[in-house]
Amino acid sequence: MPALTLQINGQSQVVEDVDASTPLLWVLRDHVGLTGTKYGCGRGLCGACTVHVDGAPVRSCQLPVASVVGRSIRTIEGLAASDGTLHPLQEAWIEHDVPQCGYCQAGQIMSAAALLEQNPEPTDADINLAMAGNLCRCATYTRIRAAIHTAARKAAARRSTA
Amino acid sequence: MKANPETNLPRFLQTEEAAVARALARRPHELDRRAFLKITGAAGGGLMLAIVLGGRSRLSANDTAAEETGFSPNAFLYIGTDGTVTIHAKNPEAGQGVKTSLPMVIAEELDVPWESVRVEQARLDEDAYGSQFAGGSLSVPRNWDRLRQAGAAARAMLVAAAAAQWNVPVAECSTEAGVVVHAATGRRATYGDLATAAAAQPVPAESDLRLKTRDQYRLLGRRITGVDNRAIVTGGKLFGIDQQLPGMLYAVYQKCPSFGGRVAGANLEQIRRLPGVKHAFVVDAVGGDADLRAGVAIVATSTWAAFQARRQLRVNWDESGAATDSWSAFVEQAAALADQPGTVVKETPGVDTAFAQAARTVAASYTYPFVYHANLEPQNCTAWFHDGRLEIWAPSQTPASGVDAAAKVTGLDKSAITLHMLRIGGGFGRRLMNDFVCEAAVIAREVGVPVKLTWTREQDIAYDFYRAGGFHHLKGAVDAAGRLAAWQDHFVTFTSDGREPTRGAGMRATEFPLQNVPESRFAQTLLPLKVPCGYWRAPGSCALAWVIQSFLHELSHAAGRDHVEFLLEVMGEPRWFEEGNLWSLNTGRAAAVIRLAAEKIGWGRSLPPGRGLGLAFHFSHAGHFAHAAEVSVDAARRVTVHRVVVAGDVGVIVNRSGAENQIEGSVLDGLSTLAAQEITFEGGAVLQSNFDDYPLLRITAAPAIEVHMIESDFPPTGLGEPALPPVAPAVCNAIFAATGHRIRTLPIAKEGFSI
Repeated sequence: MPALTLQINGQSQVVEDVDASTPLLWVLRDHVGLTGTKYGCGRGLCGACTVHVDGAPVRSCQLPVASVVGRSIRTIEGLAASDGTLHPLQEAWIEHDVPQCGYCQAGQIMSAAALLEQNPEPTDADINLAMAGNLCRCATYTRIRAAIHTAARKAAARRSTA
Repeated sequence: MKANPETNLPRFLQTEEAAVARALARRPHELDRRAFLKITGAAGGGLMLAIVLGGRSRLSANDTAAEETGFSPNAFLYIGTDGTVTIHAKNPEAGQGVKTSLPMVIAEELDVPWESVRVEQARLDEDAYGSQFAGGSLSVPRNWDRLRQAGAAARAMLVAAAAAQWNVPVAECSTEAGVVVHAATGRRATYGDLATAAAAQPVPAESDLRLKTRDQYRLLGRRITGVDNRAIVTGGKLFGIDQQLPGMLYAVYQKCPSFGGRVAGANLEQIRRLPGVKHAFVVDAVGGDADLRAGVAIVATSTWAAFQARRQLRVNWDESGAATDSWSAFVEQAAALADQPGTVVKETPGVDTAFAQAARTVAASYTYPFVYHANLEPQNCTAWFHDGRLEIWAPSQTPASGVDAAAKVTGLDKSAITLHMLRIGGGFGRRLMNDFVCEAAVIAREVGVPVKLTWTREQDIAYDFYRAGGFHHLKGAVDAAGRLAAWQDHFVTFTSDGREPTRGAGMRATEFPLQNVPESRFAQTLLPLKVPCGYWRAPGSCALAWVIQSFLHELSHAAGRDHVEFLLEVMGEPRWFEEGNLWSLNTGRAAAVIRLAAEKIGWGRSLPPGRGLGLAFHFSHAGHFAHAAEVSVDAARRVTVHRVVVAGDVGVIVNRSGAENQIEGSVLDGLSTLAAQEITFEGGAVLQSNFDDYPLLRITAAPAIEVHMIESDFPPTGLGEPALPPVAPAVCNAIFAATGHRIRTLPIAKEGFSI
């Protein structure tokens, strides 16, 4: 099997010995060692595996790795700034104490990050629509909604001071 | 037949809960005898102490070497000479928040600012920490006294060290935020400065410790964000499934779709030739359904390679001893029992007379399904057998039992097994069982390199320990004044041993309203079952509350009474059935939360057609909870839950944020379950396969939730479970108020309703 070169969180990663049909999820977790992206259902039903490919939220359990060669992949590990400054969503998630078990939250945050890039001031209805594909078994949904609003305000404040 | 009143708890929890209840009844603030034991001779002149429980041994010498300087008065905490405070979180974290809340209890009595505290997951060492499990909503109540004493003992030693240095009486010294203060002279010393001297102080006797009163709390009751939150939101490696080791291989394990089937043969040679596959072998069953079931292990170079190979696996199953259970057949059997008396568990002498003399009687049958735990992190475990030792990394709610189980199935001595507790991606009672640990252990022993076992979602749903379904044939009587006069429940449930209800499928003879109503009969029929059952969030209560509180609403409606007034009347005068036992119903606390929920939802106001209010109460896990729901229902039976108001009483609140998070999650879990979740099985095999046919609630259906807690000096009790049971009856009672339709079968999708 030929080696594949992936662009993950702004860095080139050479992945060897992986079948081209392997879902991106398992390449990230088992081959690259980025385990923040989670396996939940394997069928695109729960959203735990959400990452960004060229800025769009995708279910990495459904995406053959060969299809993302040459494209920009961002995972939860690459969401904070390179100097360690957290993304407004990450800050808001901590302030609102959103997680219970925490397993789904990487996928939730990646979906929310894509939402805020498209829509910096989402309404509750916008949030519901964008987040409907992400299951939380602990059902932290009310805090997720509140944290996204807080993050939107934080992002606006950062833009105004930038 | 005699009912076991505690069959809704794992056996080890039955004894734990019973012991706690007895101890609390006897001595409200002294769970058991213990002493703080000093261990001298640590490297670098430090000092370690362990809390000795029931004569168990102290910390090993290795532990003392770990902390070179500073002050470590017991296994729970360590104070460095730089003032950093490290607190060990003793129990597994499954999302119930104990990695934050239990250390908060120590920090409060130690009197240190939370910002200076670093929390670390304790290692599994029940000699040092006492029992370490996550179950029964017991972490907070079982550890409340012990953790406060751990913090208070350390604080007392720091104060004694300062008093000795300043040559002033101990009584003149106080503490504030990590500093000992002598007010008269204005002298101050930080805990870091005092750490070494404190280590030389004698350990105070337990009877000399002065614990804070509630009005003195600076930390407890505040909103504290979870200690792992930063790691969670940045994708840190926390969970069981995130474990990685050099040279690790990846395993899947395939069992028979019908529970209890064995392997007669499989295409192992073909599997071994597939890409990435390193091993494929048959594993025989050991022990019972919660130990090791027979199956085929496939070990490969990646999870995906293992999953793909599993698709090619062809097994000839020997199903001669396997389950043949059929849910549809059980439904028919249960319906046929509606007019049968069942076996009486408990009855009062005048129950038949009361029914005969009743002004009105109502009869109804209720049915609820089997349900699945649906942990979002599928079952998984990493294990490595090397140098005669087995090392395990597991997201287990009962890690010590995991070691026992691994020893049983591998034949290794327990002393040759080490288990590392990793964060659990959802517990809900599923990981009280350690079947996945057993599987990883035997696979690791076979392959001799680190191996991570991961279940597919389809396997996770097919091999759960389900919440048992059940059937209740009920009859109630009201007298001429509209008061509840008699209550009868013929409970049709399941047994795996032919003698008593299977795990989580029993009802206590003290279940409300059996103790409150003048005349009652509780009868039972046990249907034999091989499908494995387990403990699902608020075992028993999670289904019983819906049955009982719905039927009470049927009775209040038949009597033409206001439901809240009726419910308060059934509850009766304030009394505590077993004075001092927090796990016993206290009708005064119950009435208070019922009144509060009614007040906050605006009970009694008029609503437009198609809109209604419902209210329900349930007592479980030492928590008194009343929920009120406001719903509307359209012509297509689509239910919109506008808001849920929760009124609860669990005594002292430890972490307000964590407490409310558990309650909010419990409410939505209740909605999720009542809406459309149902496990069915035919031929002993489960029919559901993933989240498309076993739907979880999505954010779009999550209503506003208001939480109102009655806080008191009662010791705090747990919140992982007790806020779930009242959800379903509150919503179904509201649906009745909105539509006049009584839902008697769950999920509500069975009767054409959706959320």
